[in-house]
Amino acid sequence: MELLLVILVGAFYSAGIYMMFRRSMVKLLMGLLLLGNGANILIFLMGGLTKGKAPIIRPENSKFLEVYADPVPQALILTAIVISFALTAFAIVLLKRVYTTTGSDDLDSLNIQDLDI
Amino acid sequence: MTTNFILAPILMHMFTAIVLLFFWQKVLIQKIISIVGNSIAFLLCLRLFEMTLSQGYLTLQLGGWQAPFGITFISDTLSAIMVLLTALVSLAVGIYSTASLNVSRIKYGYFFIFHFLIMGLLGAFLTGDIFNMYVWFEVVIISSFILMTVGGKKMQMEGAIKYVTMNMLASVIFLTAIAVLYGITGTLNIADIANKITLVENKGLVTVTSLLFFVGFGIKSAVFPLYFWLPSAYHTPPSAIAAIFGGLLTKMGIYAMLRVFTVIFQPDYFTLTLFSIIAVLTLITGALGTINKRSIRRILSYLIICHIGYLIAGLVLNTELAFVALVFYLIHDVIVKSNVFMISGVILKMRETVDITRLGSLLKDYPKFSFVAALVFFSLIGIPPLSGFWPKILLFQESFKQENYVLLAGLIVASFVTLFVMVRIWSEAFWKISPKPITEEIDHFAPFSLSGKIALIAPIVGLAAVSLIIGLNANSFIKLSEKAAYEMKRPEIYINNVLGSKE
Repeated sequence: MELLLVILVGAFYSAGIYMMFRRSMVKLLMGLLLLGNGANILIFLMGGLTKGKAPIIRPENSKFLEVYADPVPQALILTAIVISFALTAFAIVLLKRVYTTTGSDDLDSLNIQDLDI
Repeated sequence: MTTNFILAPILMHMFTAIVLLFFWQKVLIQKIISIVGNSIAFLLCLRLFEMTLSQGYLTLQLGGWQAPFGITFISDTLSAIMVLLTALVSLAVGIYSTASLNVSRIKYGYFFIFHFLIMGLLGAFLTGDIFNMYVWFEVVIISSFILMTVGGKKMQMEGAIKYVTMNMLASVIFLTAIAVLYGITGTLNIADIANKITLVENKGLVTVTSLLFFVGFGIKSAVFPLYFWLPSAYHTPPSAIAAIFGGLLTKMGIYAMLRVFTVIFQPDYFTLTLFSIIAVLTLITGALGTINKRSIRRILSYLIICHIGYLIAGLVLNTELAFVALVFYLIHDVIVKSNVFMISGVILKMRETVDITRLGSLLKDYPKFSFVAALVFFSLIGIPPLSGFWPKILLFQESFKQENYVLLAGLIVASFVTLFVMVRIWSEAFWKISPKPITEEIDHFAPFSLSGKIALIAPIVGLAAVSLIIGLNANSFIKLSEKAAYEMKRPEIYINNVLGSKE
């Protein structure tokens, strides 16, 4: 399971960075999304995978006696998902605005202002 | 000492922003609420600063959860300095923007977003939890995206795309670094991480993680190979927004870098050599970038990059004296950078352009304004006795003492080029006779009402006075920086204050 996730994280990161290098703005957005999801899975993986155990203390015990799933990474991922959701929504609107003002999806056509000094 | 007061400045800005929501589209009321909110928040930050200096570290464990489990807020001298600077700049820019921005921008929630931006900055400076810092960073960047893009024309959109993409990438890298750090230490509290990271046996992994943090913060603070989004973005928004961005946003990255590389990671030889190369290249590229530019705003954007190099240089030298210089330079840079951007905004109002070849006669037409501008420019260059001089001389001394001559050369070249471009701006824009006659249509400054003129000029004069005071009263500011540097060199004090000392 870990190995599968490791490969998945690697695939997400490399695909994301590859997409960011493309000239189309939509692909840029896709790249950012893939990177964000890769990071989320990485957090999940780094917390350590524990199968079928909940972080619950039995009433008769006063502390954890057996292996339990770490709840923190899931809380982190949840926060990160919400943030990346908001950022993505904003980025889509921004790209739409850029598309309507410049009439182009090509990122190379956005370098006009860097030419003048 | 544990106190709830540490949250007061953050909550004050949030409260102001929420109140502003009830007065959507009512421009005058929004301006008044924003100024009142900023003033109260400034007083609260001043009080927090005083308390931190007099009582030592202030901590707050949110929800009463003990340190490694809950979220910690902590104010040490460095945080307190950054908080006070943020409050000062936000007050100045808040007043400045009441007059400099056009009405439609204020109607569409400028002040509302502005206060959320400042709230995010204060949170990032005060938090003691690495994931919480990430969340505050996101608050800041989302607010800054909106400030940068609202009412955007084509040019602004071009800059915004680069700005948004690079900042989102920086966030992902920061998040990756947090994930790896959590994996190797199993905690998110900065003090607790610092304790546990010394026990990690795989030192290579620790170094890689530290470099991931450096890349994430490096994009935000625009260090050498990662700076290119800044010059194409920072000259596009209105000057009030550029003043906040130029003064505070890049420094947030530097603050995070300082926190991470003093408390969590102790930089080893490899990291320091890498930083040294990056510092020199940042200084040189930033300086060279300014030389062929004609727009004042573009010159200032490159100067931000150049002067980030000074801050990285302080981190490279990594001694207590270097940290004194670093903290002092941070104080100086935040105030002066915000001020020069506001000055460029006033010049734009006076002449409709910031292209130095088309400017001129400012000294003749506005002698008093030019005098204040000259004071700020001299301070940026570092002419004694103004504020830029003292930290620079300390940095030179320290790099000389450590025989890091390449860095020393970089610092001197950057300083010299700063002198060259600022003198060029002065002689072209202020001294030279204007190439074309100044007609009344060009001058948008003269038609302002008296209160409008005061709102534009008073923040500039105020911040200039602060940099003059820092320069003339350097001794007490060096003492303050020494206190911060003392604490930065001794992370165990920080750790004990968060986790409670082990008896």
